[in-house]
Amino acid sequence: MENKKTVNVDLKQYGMLFLLIVIYLIFAALTKGATLKPANINNLVMQNGYVVILAVGMLLCCLTGNVDLGVGSLVALTGAVCGIVMIDMGLNMWVAILLALLAGCASGVFVGFFVAYLGIPPFITTLATWLMWRGLTYTVLQAQTKGPFKEDFTFIGAGFLPTMKIPFGNGTLDLVSIIVAIVISVLVILAEFKGIATKKKYNLAQNPAWQLVAKDAVIIFLVFFVFFNLGRNAGIPFILVILAIIVGIYQFITANTVAGRQIYALGGNRKAADLSGIDTKKVFFWVYANSGLTAAIAGIVLASRNASATPKAGDGFEMDAIASCYIGGTAVAGGAGTIMGAVVGAFIMGVLNNGMSIFGWSTDIQKVVKGAVLLAAVTADLLSKRKKN
Amino acid sequence: MSDYILEMNHITKEFSGVKALDDVNLKVERGEIHAICGENGAGKSTLMNVLSGVYPFGTYSGDVVYNGEINKCHSLRDSEKKGIVIIHQELALSPLLSVAENMFMGNERTSAKGVINWAATRQQAEEQLAKVGLTGIDVNKPVNTYGVGMQQLMEIGKALAKNVELLILDEPTAALNDEESKNLLDLMLGLKEQGITCIMISHKLNEIEYVADNITIIRDGKTIETLNKASGEVNEDRIIKGMVGRELSNRYPVREGVEIGETIFEVKNWNVFTPEDANKQRLKDINIHVRAGEVVGLAGLMGAGRTELAMSVFGHNYGQKISGQVFVHGQEVPTKTVTQCIDNKLAYVSEDRKTYGLILMQTIRENSVTAARKKYFSNHGVIKKNEEVIAAEEYKKKINIKATSIEQTAGSLSGGNQQKVVLAKWMLTQPDVLILDEPTRGIDVGAKYEIYCIINDLARAGKAVIVISSEMPEIIGTCDRAYVLNEGEIAGELNKEEITQERIMQCIMAHNRKNG
Repeated sequence: MENKKTVNVDLKQYGMLFLLIVIYLIFAALTKGATLKPANINNLVMQNGYVVILAVGMLLCCLTGNVDLGVGSLVALTGAVCGIVMIDMGLNMWVAILLALLAGCASGVFVGFFVAYLGIPPFITTLATWLMWRGLTYTVLQAQTKGPFKEDFTFIGAGFLPTMKIPFGNGTLDLVSIIVAIVISVLVILAEFKGIATKKKYNLAQNPAWQLVAKDAVIIFLVFFVFFNLGRNAGIPFILVILAIIVGIYQFITANTVAGRQIYALGGNRKAADLSGIDTKKVFFWVYANSGLTAAIAGIVLASRNASATPKAGDGFEMDAIASCYIGGTAVAGGAGTIMGAVVGAFIMGVLNNGMSIFGWSTDIQKVVKGAVLLAAVTADLLSKRKKN
Repeated sequence: MSDYILEMNHITKEFSGVKALDDVNLKVERGEIHAICGENGAGKSTLMNVLSGVYPFGTYSGDVVYNGEINKCHSLRDSEKKGIVIIHQELALSPLLSVAENMFMGNERTSAKGVINWAATRQQAEEQLAKVGLTGIDVNKPVNTYGVGMQQLMEIGKALAKNVELLILDEPTAALNDEESKNLLDLMLGLKEQGITCIMISHKLNEIEYVADNITIIRDGKTIETLNKASGEVNEDRIIKGMVGRELSNRYPVREGVEIGETIFEVKNWNVFTPEDANKQRLKDINIHVRAGEVVGLAGLMGAGRTELAMSVFGHNYGQKISGQVFVHGQEVPTKTVTQCIDNKLAYVSEDRKTYGLILMQTIRENSVTAARKKYFSNHGVIKKNEEVIAAEEYKKKINIKATSIEQTAGSLSGGNQQKVVLAKWMLTQPDVLILDEPTRGIDVGAKYEIYCIINDLARAGKAVIVISSEMPEIIGTCDRAYVLNEGEIAGELNKEEITQERIMQCIMAHNRKNG
């Protein structure tokens, strides 16, 4: 039976991406193009790297219907570990990175044990680590900033990939950035063809061709916009490579592994998951253990970018990460949400921060706006879902 | 002419096209105890929900005449104002609040508007409790420090505090032991003396005989008859006949060409204690076996322990201090975790598909592979998505899941199709033994037929199938053999020819008499 089924591209899936673009354009207009400058595009990536990393770890917690409040403090604590190891003990950066990651995992295992095996609500457990790790950071750093770190370490958060600069306009253009953009564009198109082939094979509904072309055109345009501007600035920041790897890995885990889908099953209906042979305690444990790991990575990146460890680092980052997940369409009760959604959510927060700073709004007003955007995004999301039912 | 406090005339109530109540008539005299009898799903609770305003005026057809005027209740609150109070099977007490506060919940004793008068609350709570025969209760203690029997009495006390005229009790003794039940029944007789009218829903015919003046029997959403105790019409046989006297047309597909083989599933000396109380035994010395290709029923009334048996076997999901052995293909197997059960070819389709079976927000494909994914649809932890799609499509076709695609969410399907998804989920784990708990609850007749066909296919494939059902005709129509459970024990075992509704009820009654 050959039937040609078509279905429109679900615009809602890309709703937050549109929101991101719209907000960006609004600030571009408000700041008379200041946010469009290559240096600012570069800043957007470098300033938001750690929020994206935290949002990825947070998403897994949100999928279970919970949050991890302790990650901001853990960012500071792991940064402090780097500082003590490299400055006080004078050891090399690899030891520091290893110990910082271990500290993060230890915190994650600690939280996971309480949450999964003692059944303490995650909110309470992580409220406790939020307090404890912050206090511990102040103690071990004696409320002082430790730095500066050497250049090999700061490369992680502030360095750039090798470049091949050619003169362009009144500046230069990095050819490596352009090559990467071309490679990504080719991959996007290949993935689309593969998707069409798979749908054909299983006789699933296809999207109309023009919609796919439009969708891919927008994506490729965005890719070129970003990489062209990075190329005009100083090339591809190293942090972008880290982000790509982390986002790629977690996208794969959440979409294509048994362990990943078990998180969704747990968040969607814990009782049903239990009765389907899923060890929900184990899932809970690993989700929170993992949150410690991603917080440690974020802590290292932040310390590296600041070239120092300060006890105040990461203050309030947990809220940015949580907000990123929910703006990115994660269900508050758990069970639904995507890595890409959380990443887009994180960049919405980032674009807001960045735009408002350039526009000259105080950080106080920035908080009001961010709060309002979070509320509006989640309200719109929930109302539209309610309508559908 | 009798003085009727309540007349329900020609009540018809539909749920999305299915008639739950069809032209029901009920007349209750002032000051009597009126029992309503019927099988599970006959429509008793629906009728009471119509009466108490849970289903507001206008959502049903027919008249509810209360105290001579047509009752137009829109909510429980409305009906309570008029003196109709319903006490549900599940207690509606807030376990961590004090007894006193619970007594006047929603009906608070206040001094100024909205300010609770604690002194009056405590004092009047004690008065109310005395009315139901509870003395020496510390009303400041949380409700959950007292047993279920006392809590049931507290519920009645709470109802009395609302100036109740008509008290509805939905299976009030279901969770009580004999002594507590006796207490409660005597209290009902006491209330009758005070002029309070009671409607009681119960399965326990001996209790009905003890307290009821009139008995109305409901079957398949219709009133069959009202029996009067004074005229000597009331006896167990008569009530049973009224409850079950229905013809069986071909609602059940014939199972042909099935060879019943050797015993492949066995539960031996199974003992389980309740999760709440380690001293209270829930299941006692259960021994059952099922052969390949055989469909065996677990019959019994609600609360008999059938689901508890299945859940305690399957991954020890119910109870504590579980002892006994489970054999599959003659080999003793561990069943402590669900994973062990799946590995040993056991499957359990739970009675409540929305709570225990499905992840409603996820797709048919996701749900279908939830249980089987680790074992059959992944390679070193990475999902083989294409094979999932193939399997989900295959089962969608095979058991006729009506959906636009396998990517449709489970929550958007009808009850029957949801049930098929749950069945698909467990069939994909490639089990040899399937326990189906209320496999057709809440689904329409057509879908039921399809489920029965699936059961037949499973038997034909040499699986051992256990069907737990509260609908006796379903046990009769689908099973080769049946165990009757009552109060956590096997009350009898019936062969194909012996399975009749009368025999099942007789097993239960005989067992009750033996224990009572």
